[in-house]
Amino acid sequence: MKIYVCVKHVPDSAANIIVREGNRFDESVKYVINPYDEIAVEEAVRVKEQDGNSEVIAVTLGSEGAVNTLRTALAMGADRGILIKTDTRPDSIITARALKAAIEQDGKPDIIFTGKESIDSEGMQTMFRLAITLDMPVANNVVAFSMAEGRVTVECEREAGARQVVEMDLPCLVGAGKGLNNPRYVRIPDVMKARRKHVNEIDLESLNFKRPSSSLEIIELQPALEKRQCHILKGKPEDVVKQLVKLIREEGNFFLKTR
Amino acid sequence: MKKIGILIEVRNGEIKTANYGVITAARGDDHELYAFVLDGSAERYKNQLQRYGIPKVIDIRQEQGIIPWNPELWSQTVTDTMLHFGINILFGLTSAQGRDVLPRVAASLEAPLVMDCINVNVADRTVRKSQFSGKVTATIRLKGSFSIYGIRPNVIDPQPAPCEAEVIPYRVPLSNGRMSIKEIRQPELAGIDLTEAEVIISGGRAMAKAENFSVLHECAEVMDAAVGASRAAVDSGYAPHYMQVGQTGKTVSPKLYIACGISGSIQHFAGMKTSGVVVAINTDPDAPIFEKCDYGIVGDLYEIIPMLTKQLK
Repeated sequence: MKIYVCVKHVPDSAANIIVREGNRFDESVKYVINPYDEIAVEEAVRVKEQDGNSEVIAVTLGSEGAVNTLRTALAMGADRGILIKTDTRPDSIITARALKAAIEQDGKPDIIFTGKESIDSEGMQTMFRLAITLDMPVANNVVAFSMAEGRVTVECEREAGARQVVEMDLPCLVGAGKGLNNPRYVRIPDVMKARRKHVNEIDLESLNFKRPSSSLEIIELQPALEKRQCHILKGKPEDVVKQLVKLIREEGNFFLKTR
Repeated sequence: MKKIGILIEVRNGEIKTANYGVITAARGDDHELYAFVLDGSAERYKNQLQRYGIPKVIDIRQEQGIIPWNPELWSQTVTDTMLHFGINILFGLTSAQGRDVLPRVAASLEAPLVMDCINVNVADRTVRKSQFSGKVTATIRLKGSFSIYGIRPNVIDPQPAPCEAEVIPYRVPLSNGRMSIKEIRQPELAGIDLTEAEVIISGGRAMAKAENFSVLHECAEVMDAAVGASRAAVDSGYAPHYMQVGQTGKTVSPKLYIACGISGSIQHFAGMKTSGVVVAINTDPDAPIFEKCDYGIVGDLYEIIPMLTKQLK
């Protein structure tokens, strides 16, 4: 089986994002593999471990530095990587087309794993665009996965913890959600081994795909302001609760349905 | 006239409240709003929909009747309906259902889509949404023949704008999808989804064990609230993943957010920043959460919450 896993190089969730002029931000922060993509890599590697005849190829679109995220995927057990290089920040529409072009140029996917969303741009759509352009069924926010005889069964998280059990044929795309697995810790020998694995670098511009007529353009970034001023409710617990009840019931911008 | 489609979401046979915010966001002087109703109850919803300014309610079915829930079939249905009625703008909710339908519609129409919008300017075709989990607000411009907007639940206050509505029946021709929905499993404690709740009460590391969450559940019940958890509580196994608020969890915008025993990591703030009123209860007066809430209580949640529950009853 040819298993592709799409990963994204994103600022660490603890990073402080400093907005520069216009639509730029200070990129000199710590970058990591998108946490949901890490779950996707883990699942891809587990599928490979069960079926010895498989190859896991990690694909990313990003700047030169994104190779580090590929190395993380390789250290976790992916066999080789593809870096589609660009200094621009392509939108989901271009990203999906570029991923498709790079994957098709490389081989014929039996299954593609991605994370359910990226924690930086939070677009929530690239996996759908990729699957649909490849004419594959897609299930996102998958929290349980199994495969037998060319058919995949997944559980997708729905609202308030409900789960939707979905069946689809291979080839298909699976968007990994939190809870699908616990990604393995990468050990030093794995990191060393990953350095020797092959990464194919392709320039985005050199990829052959039709440039889309629609786009999403980030015209401005602004730091989100934190306007809250904390009033400490003082007094004995009984008094504090009384104040709290009063403000819950009476604070104009919020009404409570009383039973 | 700009024709705008609104994908109506329903829970337990009623239109979700958050939908009225979506309708409010979609209204405009030269806008003609079309409600897409897929559950066969268009006639029944007509009154509520016209109250919020919807003149056209499309009762969408297939030849054999109501189209059962299946993200592929529903997306095909929405896409077909847009093309049939010449609608090139679509609004929906960034809910579990919206996340599974809107991107599929966008992909098949090659349409630009922004999910989780907190503000939409239809004329300019610009939206605002948070990125980097609420640390940054981005203004994004959509270009192309279509525009699709997924609205974050609860961020836009529903405002009535009464009009007269007509129900238009429409039958879609559907081809077979390639994914089949085998079943929908409900959790033991079925409740409101965090992303759509108007009130959330969340527990952090101080919950100390899963059983203690019952204190929050009891309080949530009297307030019609959803119960959330911090990543620390989820990672310690006190609460399931789907209850996690914050980066790598859910982004929520309730009118009231009560944080109990949550110290307040940058990742947690990221997920609840757009809440209305934030109340924090923590025994540690130096907890970072007190710097970013509206009301703080330095005290023991196990003392405060049961008392609150009792008084709210």
